[in-house]
Amino acid sequence: MADMTDQERQLVQLLADMQEDEALAIANRMLLEEKKNPMRVLELCRNAMDIVGKRFEAGEYFLPELVLAGEMLEKIGAVAKPLIKQGPDGEAKKLGRVLIGTVHGDLHDIGKNIVTFMLDINGFDVRDIGVDVPVKKFIEEINDYKPDVVGLSGFLTLAFDSMKETIAAFDSAGMRQRFKIMIGGGQIDETVRKYTGADAFGVNAVEAVTLCRNWMGVAA
Amino acid sequence: MPQLDGGGRVNAPAAPAAATAPPGFLPTALQPTTPSARAAFDARWRRVLDCVELRTPDRMPVALYASFWMAKYGGVSCQQLMYDYQGTKQLALRAAQEFDADVVAPAMVASNIYGPTLEAMDFRQLQWAGHGVGENQPYQYLDREYMLNDEYEEFLADPTGFYLRKYLPRIGGAFAGLAEMPVLPGMHYFRLVAGLRGFARPGVRAALQNLLQVAEEAERMAGHNADFAERLTALGYPRDAGGNTVSPYDFVADYFRGARGMMTDLYRKKDRLLQLLERARVWLTQLTIDNARAAGHPIVMIPIHWAPDAFMSDKQFREFYWPTFRQMMLDMIAAGLIPMPLWEADCSKRLEVIGDIPAGKCIYWFERTDMLRAREVLGDVVALRGNLSPSLMTTGTPEEVDAAVRHLAENVFHKGGKLILDCAFGLPDETPLENVRAMYAAARRYGG
Repeated sequence: MADMTDQERQLVQLLADMQEDEALAIANRMLLEEKKNPMRVLELCRNAMDIVGKRFEAGEYFLPELVLAGEMLEKIGAVAKPLIKQGPDGEAKKLGRVLIGTVHGDLHDIGKNIVTFMLDINGFDVRDIGVDVPVKKFIEEINDYKPDVVGLSGFLTLAFDSMKETIAAFDSAGMRQRFKIMIGGGQIDETVRKYTGADAFGVNAVEAVTLCRNWMGVAA
Repeated sequence: MPQLDGGGRVNAPAAPAAATAPPGFLPTALQPTTPSARAAFDARWRRVLDCVELRTPDRMPVALYASFWMAKYGGVSCQQLMYDYQGTKQLALRAAQEFDADVVAPAMVASNIYGPTLEAMDFRQLQWAGHGVGENQPYQYLDREYMLNDEYEEFLADPTGFYLRKYLPRIGGAFAGLAEMPVLPGMHYFRLVAGLRGFARPGVRAALQNLLQVAEEAERMAGHNADFAERLTALGYPRDAGGNTVSPYDFVADYFRGARGMMTDLYRKKDRLLQLLERARVWLTQLTIDNARAAGHPIVMIPIHWAPDAFMSDKQFREFYWPTFRQMMLDMIAAGLIPMPLWEADCSKRLEVIGDIPAGKCIYWFERTDMLRAREVLGDVVALRGNLSPSLMTTGTPEEVDAAVRHLAENVFHKGGKLILDCAFGLPDETPLENVRAMYAAARRYGG
């Protein structure tokens, strides 16, 4: 934060501290009145999200803060993005691609959405293909997106078999070695990981980020 | 049936409770008529009450709780289980006798047979077999905002009006027309007389007719639930609970604001949320006590959704979740009820906080919380229930199930924990039959 102006530092701090109204007021003033570089504002948002992620890892923040942080980011993004004149040149290089979806038979998505958000703010390209995703759709999306990591989500116990079936289908399609597979959801543990043949499981969004970082060889 | 006095001692069945005796637990209304069933019923029920009152029972009680596992057990579809009142009752009675548990969940019928009533109301909060999910899939709740962020004031000002004109039309397609119902508060004298014409609007008229049909189907469903409870009792099996309820926080989070809405309201609508939680506490407490009395059973199951360690901070739990729920449990206890919260997921970090409840009055059912640690922290405060893991039950072998039961019996029950053995949240839907048999055999083997 050493290279920031006072105003920039204040924006980062307000976002990290969940001071939504004040943070949005400053962001809007910077973007719409002072015509500050929207790319810079988005970078400040990412800095704030880094702090949020660290506080989550430290057990200071929980799901409500991740969700609120995500919504604040969306609101600022909605103002900033139309103001960006440049093409994608300025975009930071992404750490890797993650395809994520809830396996067939299961409609739950709260956990998956939070994992998607955390991966996104931690520098991954994420494609979220929704809930109740048939095996065939996973395979089509993998062929199209070519992910480094595939995340299978599921909350119900029926998801154990859906995950196993989905991973077996990756094997049959000859694509299993092209990416890593992580699974997650309310009932997932090491027993389920072994049963499904996934590479790893995580119990929260931070673990999902750590798994992906390790697989991509990124220092934590 | 033994009656319990306020000191928690069991009186001889023949001795009528003195009119001046302090209130104990609500007695179970249903009792078997044949002597052998009556003896079996009393022994089983005593085992559970011993646990509640923190006395060591003659052996570790074991519960039977299942929802859609009944479909696998009976070789029927989830859809059949939801629509076939008679068939589902028969299956549940068969399971009760086969596994011979100490308490049996009425939920094995009650949580399943909603099909016809949901259909009549075109229910929007669930997708169920044939309605959004396949015939062999369990129903799933749709997490949505059924009350919007800016509707707190309206709900607080006129809860019944909000239910009728906003909530019912949102959760049931058959009730859409209620949105046109006249607003009653403020109506008076001739304004009221003339204002009632709003009930003749075509939409309102249709919705009221639908409401009657739904009520009639719900009445039929309730009749089957009552019949199941009677038949279960006649066989000598006490129910594990008379019904269920929710905490004030889960009531608002799950059924009104939805997950995202609730989590952001902790910051955006804090004061209004706290106000609504307090109002909801009063409504829920009364409803819960009334329902338990009608069911004639002291134990009330309370699935706890939003308390897990990962879902909010300790500070948020102490501010938003625990105060209204604790007061609700205290009021239930004062009314002779036995609250049985099912603390879903891992609530290890909450144990010290939720231990602040009178000793010998509750059953705490844990889903993923380490039961050994729960015994250490709460063993002298509450009875425990649970918690064979779903992954073990569905993917493990009978030998592994046996070992897991033995582990809980030896390290919880035989170390003084008043444990009612069960799975984490009843039998997982996919559990192989041999694992279920192994579970109940092991409970008898190691529970003595």
